[in-house]
Amino acid sequence: MNYGIVSQEQLEQIDRILAEKLIKLGVDCVIIIDMAGNIITAKDNGESKYDVYSFAALAAGNFATVDAMAKLVGEQEFSLLFHKGQESNIHFSKIDDELLLISMFGRDISLGFLRLNVVDVIEKIRKVWDRK
Amino acid sequence: MSFINLKDKIVQVKIVYYGPGRCGKTTNLEYINRTYRKQIASEMVSLKTHGDRTLFFDFLPFDMGQIKGYDIKIQLYTVPGQVKYNATRKLVLRGVDGIVFVADAMEKQREKNIRSLNQLHENLQSYKESIFKIPLVMQYNKVDLKEHGIPILPISVLEKDLNSRLKVPYFEASAITGYNVAATLKKIISSSVISIQKKLL
Repeated sequence: MNYGIVSQEQLEQIDRILAEKLIKLGVDCVIIIDMAGNIITAKDNGESKYDVYSFAALAAGNFATVDAMAKLVGEQEFSLLFHKGQESNIHFSKIDDELLLISMFGRDISLGFLRLNVVDVIEKIRKVWDRK
Repeated sequence: MSFINLKDKIVQVKIVYYGPGRCGKTTNLEYINRTYRKQIASEMVSLKTHGDRTLFFDFLPFDMGQIKGYDIKIQLYTVPGQVKYNATRKLVLRGVDGIVFVADAMEKQREKNIRSLNQLHENLQSYKESIFKIPLVMQYNKVDLKEHGIPILPISVLEKDLNSRLKVPYFEASAITGYNVAATLKKIISSSVISIQKKLL
């Protein structure tokens, strides 16, 4: 495992992808975390005030729990998770074995549209990440 | 595995408080949360049962200031101590940089400490980490109980039981009164940061 350090250039590229593909779409906040609960990068629309560090710790725990449940029922993994609320929703998607993309969005974006864009974003991020 | 952000110059360090049930892991974090409120930007997160026992983990992010221009963000976690929760204990250990093993100094808890330490050893192995290599600090907690006439193990016994092979730094402590809580924390932070530096060089 050697994912501990990412270059400034790579992070800037990833931030750009997130801003163009998700924040512009109307997503409130996007976070990339690793499975240990560390934040790789976080982008928001400038309005949302989330405590991203606590969020990352909880999200990593949540995803790890679901992953363990998947194994119990004989699945390799449940690669995406979605929580729906009154005003806001959270979408989790696995980038690779170590990274997780989390999008928080409101009522004005449809889940299907978000998912299409997330798939696109993940593919682009993987390319940047692989260049390490 | 700490994460180092070269763009924003942030290093995130994950420290886990590990130990048998009711040994005082959460109490350590609660004391730190109260005492260093100014350095803590957010609320302590506790996932617990109705009976106030830790269900998944406690989480406390802690800003330590800068080293060589990098912001050091310490992330403190506890594990659930109850025997049945080993699956979740293992999850919390993922990517750990440093561990505080909190042992319960009460005489009747002697065996539980040893069992918990053995399990830590196994759990680390599942991540290909070694208990002999990872930064580790021992904390012999609840020494204040001696004044209340409750039999506690002498430090020499605890050292022999838990630390004879590991030979890591140890502290007598009382998490509830705060005695040596900060000393334990400082020690594990410095060992973890030094170990990360070594890995990078």
